[in-house]
Amino acid sequence: MSRQVVLLQGNEACARGAIYAGCNFFGGYPITPSTEVAEEMARMLPKHGGKFIQMEDEIASLGSVLGAAAAGAKAMTATSGPGFSLMMELLGYGCMAELPCVIVNVQRGGPSTGLPTKGAQADMMQARWGTHGDHPTIALSPSSIEECFTQTVKCFNLAERFRMPVILLMDEFIGHMREKMALPQPGEMEVYTHPRPKVKPAQYEHYGQDSGVGGAYANMGSGYRFNITGLTHDPKGFPTNRPDETKWKMDRLRAKIEDHRSELVMAEQEFLDDAEVVLFSYGAAARTSRHVVRQARAQGFKAGLLRPAVLWPFPDRLVTEVLRRIKAMVVVEMNQGQMISEVERANHTHTRILPALRYDGEMITPDEVMNVLEEAAR
Amino acid sequence: MKMHPSYEMLRPAKKFPTVWCPGCGHGIVQGAIIRAVQRLGLDRDEMAMVSGIGCSSRMPVYVDFNSLHTAHGRAIAFATGVKLHNPKLHVIVVTGDGDALAIGGNHFIHAARRNVEMTVILMNNMIYGMTGGQYSPTTPIGKRASTAPYGHAEPDFDACSLAAASGAVFAARGTVFNAVELEKLIAQALTKKGFALVEAVSPCPTLYGRLNKEGNAVKMLQWQKENTINVKAAEKLPPEKVAGKIVTGVFHDVDKPGYTEIYDRIILKAQGKE
Repeated sequence: MSRQVVLLQGNEACARGAIYAGCNFFGGYPITPSTEVAEEMARMLPKHGGKFIQMEDEIASLGSVLGAAAAGAKAMTATSGPGFSLMMELLGYGCMAELPCVIVNVQRGGPSTGLPTKGAQADMMQARWGTHGDHPTIALSPSSIEECFTQTVKCFNLAERFRMPVILLMDEFIGHMREKMALPQPGEMEVYTHPRPKVKPAQYEHYGQDSGVGGAYANMGSGYRFNITGLTHDPKGFPTNRPDETKWKMDRLRAKIEDHRSELVMAEQEFLDDAEVVLFSYGAAARTSRHVVRQARAQGFKAGLLRPAVLWPFPDRLVTEVLRRIKAMVVVEMNQGQMISEVERANHTHTRILPALRYDGEMITPDEVMNVLEEAAR
Repeated sequence: MKMHPSYEMLRPAKKFPTVWCPGCGHGIVQGAIIRAVQRLGLDRDEMAMVSGIGCSSRMPVYVDFNSLHTAHGRAIAFATGVKLHNPKLHVIVVTGDGDALAIGGNHFIHAARRNVEMTVILMNNMIYGMTGGQYSPTTPIGKRASTAPYGHAEPDFDACSLAAASGAVFAARGTVFNAVELEKLIAQALTKKGFALVEAVSPCPTLYGRLNKEGNAVKMLQWQKENTINVKAAEKLPPEKVAGKIVTGVFHDVDKPGYTEIYDRIILKAQGKE
């Protein structure tokens, strides 16, 4: 059976991807420009036997999502800047309590109320460091309507496997863009659901059965009566402030990312074999960048594109290795320079790094990027 | 040696002794909850105890149910997600006056409005205990707290009226002095199909009692004994005779469909089965 080709908006594609991944709970609050995700989920979830609830604010939205996740749901919420700010509190709870869920942030111009109807990529650092305390972060950024679908599925798989909230960093440009896509058939894409424990309830330790990645864990109400807390806890989930148990927990959270960095690298690499100037770009800005790379090639520039789809963890090794063999890198992003600091951190070869930024709510244009590329090639 | 009847429902090997100070009322509330659950013959595998942050919110660690200790004020939001995803679970939210009525006030009124099936046990000690005695939304006007050194300037919330006005199906108040009545009220609340509140007035001798010179734990319980009046008796008295007293009993008890029941019908409608 061939794939059905449909014309979809990014937000709709994200919701369709969630249903494909087996999402059965959505808790959200209306906010531009993400609202269509909630509207689509409100329509589709009951049809699939799932539950949709519009909560009283974004804190409650993520609270309901994490509660449902504790009870075994594949749960999601979607929001934008101001709502994402409110969610910072419970994002940390999700990391600490190791509850899988997907948080979609359709980024708009900020700070504060900012530009509700216009796009930006300015929550990149908030996604990484917005909640207090050391914690792991996984964040993906789609660059097409098809990726809004496929990356949402991927986010659910990663959340289930890594037992943590996974963030989909969309932006208004992609969220409201319409594009055709071929819908994956059932079974075509991997859908991962965490295995349930096989040990007897008396032997069960909610955080003691696995390394934190890919293991079995129980849902509330399944016969395993365990405790979940946002306090630092021991392998059984009971609060502790013992230094040895605290270190165990913090190392466990850190290892989720550090021990699995290579599996979390997902990047499009175009013309990198002989490239002298490489555009580093993601999300909507990468659409402009891809166009510019092809245009530059046609004009005789040895240009290339590095487009990470997973932004957190940052693909340090890949960026270091690319920087080692090129003349210059142009970081194209729609903010005042956020991921560029990560690129600079990965630069061990004093390679030239130039910013191509736009932060007035409009899409960065090919001309703007081309000008910086030409300067970089000099 | 005879085992305490609550023992089988506790996790004594885990984190005892409790964080609660000697003379705190919260342990009596815990006992009343356990006895109410035993009285109704509920299966603890189907009990979910959800809490926020504060002294009262430490209870889920001690009780051998499915337990979820969440963030400050957010217990009811989490509990909504738990209940919606698994309606078979009996959800008990244990919370305090600050947790439920200050930082969690918005979640409290909206869960009551939605009539999400959960039993909320609000331990009201009229103070923030865990952080050292700051005033809460139920600290009476004029009383002292570490952040009200000259007396409190704000009037207090009546949690039962708030729940009833917001749409709850049940709202009752008991005291830890009358633990038998408290247990009955909790058992009654657990049988309701909707948002049910039991406010348990619980003394904090360490902070509220000390700051307001109300004496030790025994004296505070004695005060509860002498200053409690049942709602039926209170209705017959002029307001000035009721002022300053703890009015106990059932204030509000109605029947209407719970949220998950209504949502089940929405699922049938969406699937074209209704």
